[in-house]
This record gives sequence, structure tokens and C-alpha cells, in this order.
Amino acid sequence: MVSDHALLQITGLHKSYRARERSVDVLTAIDLSVRDGEFATVVGTSGCGKTTLLKIVAGLVPATSGEVLFDGSPVTGPPPGLGVVFQEYGRSLFPWKTVRQNVELPLRRNGSSRAQRRGTVDEALDAVGLGKAADAYPWQLSGGMQQRVAIARAVAYRPRLLLMDEPFSAVDAQTRGDLEDLVAGLRRRFRMTVLFVTHDIDEAVYLGDRVIVLGASVSGVQADIPVTLPADRDQITTRSSADFGRLRAEVWAQVRRTPLEKA
Amino acid sequence: MKAVGYALALPVILLTTWWVASAESTNVFAPPLRTIAEAFGDVWFSGRFTRDVLPSLGRLAAGFAIALAAGMGVGFVVGRWKLARDLTAPILAFFRVLPAPVLIPVLLVAVGIGDTTKIVVIAAGAVWPILLSTADGVSAVDEVAQETAAAYRLPTRTRYALLLRAATPQISAGARQALGLSIILMVVSEMLMSTDGLGFTVVQFQRSFAIPQMWSGVLLIGIVGFILAKLFELVERRVLRWHRGHTGQGEQSW
Amino acid sequence: MTVPDAPAAPAIRPARGGRRPALGLVGLLIAALGYEVGARLLFTPEQVPPLSAIIPEAGRLSVGAKFWTATGQTLTAVAVGLAIALAAGITAGFALGSVSWVRRATSSTLDFLRPVPSIVLIPVLVLVLDVREITVLLVAVSCFWIVVFQVLYGLRDVDQVAVDTARTFRLGRLARIAHVTWPTVLPYLGTALRLNVSIALALALTGGLVTGSAGLGELIWSSQAGGEFADMYALVLLTGGIGILLDRLARLIERRLLYWHVATRREAAA
Repeated sequence: MVSDHALLQITGLHKSYRARERSVDVLTAIDLSVRDGEFATVVGTSGCGKTTLLKIVAGLVPATSGEVLFDGSPVTGPPPGLGVVFQEYGRSLFPWKTVRQNVELPLRRNGSSRAQRRGTVDEALDAVGLGKAADAYPWQLSGGMQQRVAIARAVAYRPRLLLMDEPFSAVDAQTRGDLEDLVAGLRRRFRMTVLFVTHDIDEAVYLGDRVIVLGASVSGVQADIPVTLPADRDQITTRSSADFGRLRAEVWAQVRRTPLEKA
Repeated sequence: MKAVGYALALPVILLTTWWVASAESTNVFAPPLRTIAEAFGDVWFSGRFTRDVLPSLGRLAAGFAIALAAGMGVGFVVGRWKLARDLTAPILAFFRVLPAPVLIPVLLVAVGIGDTTKIVVIAAGAVWPILLSTADGVSAVDEVAQETAAAYRLPTRTRYALLLRAATPQISAGARQALGLSIILMVVSEMLMSTDGLGFTVVQFQRSFAIPQMWSGVLLIGIVGFILAKLFELVERRVLRWHRGHTGQGEQSW
Repeated sequence: MTVPDAPAAPAIRPARGGRRPALGLVGLLIAALGYEVGARLLFTPEQVPPLSAIIPEAGRLSVGAKFWTATGQTLTAVAVGLAIALAAGITAGFALGSVSWVRRATSSTLDFLRPVPSIVLIPVLVLVLDVREITVLLVAVSCFWIVVFQVLYGLRDVDQVAVDTARTFRLGRLARIAHVTWPTVLPYLGTALRLNVSIALALALTGGLVTGSAGLGELIWSSQAGGEFADMYALVLLTGGIGILLDRLARLIERRLLYWHVATRREAAA
């Protein structure tokens, strides 16, 4: 399922912001590649620049120096074939559009017919279990359901690379488990490459083929840990397995190794 | 420094453009700004200041003060007691939408021509926004604050004072609206029924085709409106200092 | 005219009071009685005619053509003035609000012009325009400011996450305006409309009173000048009725534009 072709290639990425006459480094010397079909998770303490990294990959924020190649071409603005699921689902879904219109919006560009678009939207909504809510407005749904809509929107777009920025940090624990399994299933079904940012170590191990640990504060890649768990995972057996515990400890140790007082 | 530049650049450019573009103007209706400026000095820095400007401002102040006192008083009663609110709801709904300038002919008939009429016009027009917003503010005061005051057995007068204080953000929003309305009513009532005052003088100049003088009056009314709005902002900022901090709102700059 | 300084939050709130409409009726009766007694005891019928004279007069006027012709003229001025204010205000608001240095460079000028009452223009305009155009222009100028400032508040409220989302879908600038910016600003325009109808009506009437342009304001003034005082009071009463209807209509439109806004609005300034 995972090919050797690097879909995303980041070399020597550096990002600093100018704040009141002095520049603040957010990311220094990030080298990272994500292969086609891979599910890579990025963890790190808050403030380590995870979200900035994701925004640079998405082409929303320019890098200060270094290079980001998506499928071989440098990223200067949001590239085609890239979907993003934001943490703030309430702000990322358009409240003046229905669920269906929200999912359909990005599809208008690629020249498909109305009927085709309708089919794609229905398929995506069914895939996230929201087939019946198509004509509701996002704010009529619960937080977990809203994030499902955002996921359906990204899936319907058929991105080659799906970026997810702490997508489940604002929902309750039960819903969170359901959504994790949903994303894992969708990824297999639609053969997506995923770069998933989270601050939750369990989540990173549970979902990832690979866990990338960012160092705190001025950060590069601290560690890159392959997840040697079977492809089929479930919330109870996987999370209680010895391998899972060992991996979690390993990632935990790497996250802890970063100087906390600077975070 | 940069901010000052941004604030001054456009006004300076606009005034310069007006000055230069009108310098050679032979159009009677659009005299050179230079002529207007000269007329401004001649007209307003003479006896007219005491004869027209001060009476106008005096009536404005009196009318606005009456509106403020009456609006806050009645608004407090309406906001504090549900019975009063329910009894007055349709009447207030009527006066909220009744355009204030129609009060001018009514009061002209009821009270007659004179200073009193103009003051009553200003007060009667400006009272509604203050009354309605006071009622709104008082009825919306946090229940916890009220219960706290009751629990500490504060005397009734102190409690009422606290209620009014808590409603100041809404009251001041209403008062600001009322101030704008007062200026309009001042000018219109002077245009319609007066022998002195800013509105009267400007119309007088226009009827006698003293165009530069008329322009200077128009500018003066504009400046008065601006200065009063700024003064109000100054007072409001002092009165509402606690509110700004409390709600975490800094200066709004856009 | 009067422009709210804080962003006028488009908020739907049930009208205060009116939960016991029967009491409102009682209040109206008390007020009517008080007026009747006060009018008879303190004033002559020429100064303040009693309600018993005003109400039949209002009934007579409301079935006659004179009142409705004048109402039509006033409402036309309101509608045309509002339309001009909306078109000009939306254009200006977007032009000013979309570019940050333009916004900074114009803010002091806007700040100065906003409190200048539009009626100062009457003497100037009388020289160059006819009275009907003046009335429309007064309405337009007064309402223009509210539209501009509401658009600016709306633009400030555009959510960065929503914009980022649209950008990742590679929507162009125009598509982003159509799908993100415009829907965000629309509720603010609904509020501008609600604030503006009563201002527009007031200015249309002022135009009639001061310049004599045909309409309700002129009708009221001429009945005052002609000594038909019961007529004048009745007209004022009916004008209030027109005001209430206009206000209801504007609130209805605002509510429609706001349908999605209630649940999602972040807490606005008190």
C-alpha cells in the first residue's frame, strides 16, 4: 500500500515570524518526507510549531527558507490535490451553507456535472455516516458530527494528500475514538496519504504508520519512529497490546526529552 | 509617528485639493475655499458668536440634559419593574419609531414659538433612545450582582445606584445616539422656527445669496457635530473604564 | 446621522415587554385617558386637540387619497435613498475594508465626517437641486454611513479559518468573496437596513418639513401652517403607524438574512 515514491518532501525548512522588531524562530531545519500511501502522524508539545508546519505544507503560509515539494513541484500556494481538515470545525464549515453545499463547494472547480457531484457528495456523506443530515446546517449538528462533515468534504475532494490539524482535540473522548476509526477506515478505502498533527501520543501511535516527534520550542524533527503494529487496529485490542505500550513509551520518552521549560 | 502620518495624510490632501481646485472658481455656488475661510473669520469671530452660536449650544445643552435626566429616570422605572415594562410596551414602540422631527410642528402648535419650544423639541426627540437603552440595560443587569447587593442588605438607594451604574454601557450607547439626534433637532428647529441660532443663520445666508458665509456656517455645524462627538467619547471613556477592562475589550482600532 | 460606534451586533432578541399584551392595552388606555384629561384641562383645542377629535380625523384621513399619496411619495424617497445608500455604501465599504493601508489612511477622515449631521447639506443643496432630489439625497447620505460602517464591521468579522479553508480548495479571489466574505457581511447589512429604515423615514420627513418637498412631512407642515391642528395631530399619529410597519418589515428582512447567524455568532461587544 505504501510506495517508495515521496509524495511530500520537506528539506531544510525554516520559519520565523517578525514580532515587534525581533524575529522569533518557530521551525528550524525540518527535514521530512512522506511516502505515497503513508499515514504519518506528527506529535509535539503545544507551541512546537506543528500547526505552522502544516500551514506551510498547505501553502497557506510561506516558509522563511527551505523547500517543500508536493509530488515533485514546489509549494507556493495551496496546491491541487491537497485537502485540509482544521481543528476548528465550527469555523471551517460555512454556517450559511447546508451540509451538502459545504461538501460540494470544493467540487465545483473540477468541471464535473451536477449529477456527478451529487453522487460524490452522497458517497462521502454516507462514508462518514451522515447521509441523512445532508440538508441540515452545520450548526444544527453536534461537534463530532460537524467534524464528520469536514472530513466528508475533504474525502469528496479526493485529495492525494490529506492534512489534519489536531482534528479531534475539541470533541469528547468517546466521539474521538469513533472518529479515529472512521479516518483509519476512510484512509484504507480511498487510499489516501495522510499527514496528521496531534498532541495526543496515544492517538499518534494508534493511527500512524510512522510517528514524527517535533522538538519543543525551536524545533526540528526530534525522532522518526516506525509503528510496527498490524494494519488492522481497533480501540480495545490494539491499545491494550504490549507493542502499543512499548511504542507509546518510546514516543513519550522522545517528547519528554525536549526541554520542557522552554515550551 | 507613522500613525500620525496616516491620520493626517488624507485630510491634508483633501483640503489642499479643495483649496487648489476652487482657487480660480467663478461658480457662485462653489466659491474658493480661501473666500470661505475669510468669511468664516469675519462671520463667526464677531458678534455672531454670542448672538447665534452660544444660544444654539445653550439650547442643545439644556435639551440634552433634560432628555438625559428624564430618559434615565423613566427608563430605570421601566427597566426595573416588569409591570411598568408591560404597561408601556406599545407606547414605547410607537415613540421609538416616530421620526423626531415631526415633533417640531406639534410642539410649535402646543407650546408656541420661543426658546422653550426648541429646548422641548430637542428633549422630546432625544429622550427616547436614552429611555429605551436605560430600560434595556437595567432589566439586563446580572442577577448575581443584584442578589449580592440584596444579600449584603445594602440600602435600597445604594442598590438602585448600583443598578444604574451597571447599566451605563447601554445608557451611554443610547446617549450617544441621542446626542446626534439633538444636534439635528437643534439645526432643524432653528431652520423652521427661529430668529437666531446656527440653523437660522445658515438658511438666512442662503436666502440672501451670501454663499461664502453660508458655506462657513455649514462647516461650523459640521465642526460642532464633530467636537461634541469627540467630547462625548472622552466622557464615555472615563465613565466606562471599568467596562472596557471587565469585558477585555481594548481600544478598537481598524 | 446616528451611527453606532461599537459593531452593532446583529442579534435577534425578543422585544422587551409585550409578554403580557393585555397589560400593554391597559397602558395604552391609561395613556389615552391621561392625554384626554390633560388636553382638555391644560390646553385649548387649538393647541392640543383631544383624542376624541384626533382619532376620527385619523380615520377620515386613512380612507382618503391625500394621505396615501403623501405616504407613497415619502416611502418612495425612503426607498430610493436607501437603495442609493446601500449601493454606494457597499461599494465604499468593500473598497475601504479590503486593503489595510487604505483603511488606515481613511479612518481619521471617516471619523470626522461621520458625526457631521447630513442636514447641514440642505442649504447647499437647495441652490443646485430640486426639493425632491434633496430629500432623496438627505436620506441617502445619512444611511450611507451606517452601511459603510456595518460593511467594515462585517469584513473584520470574516473568519481566518474559513478563508484558509477556501484557499486550500483553491478558490480564487472572486469565489472567496462570493462564498466567504459576502455571506459574512450580509447579516451586518441586515442590521444596517434595520437601523436605517427609521433614520430614512426621519430624514424624508425632515426634507418635507424644511424644503417643502411633497410627502408626509410637507403635509404635516402645511396643516400646521393652515391651522388644521386636529389634522396635523392625526397625521403624526398615522406617521407613527407607518414607522411601526416599516420597522417590522426591516426586522423581518434582517431575521431572514440572519437565519444562520444566531447559533454561530461569537459573543459580540455588549
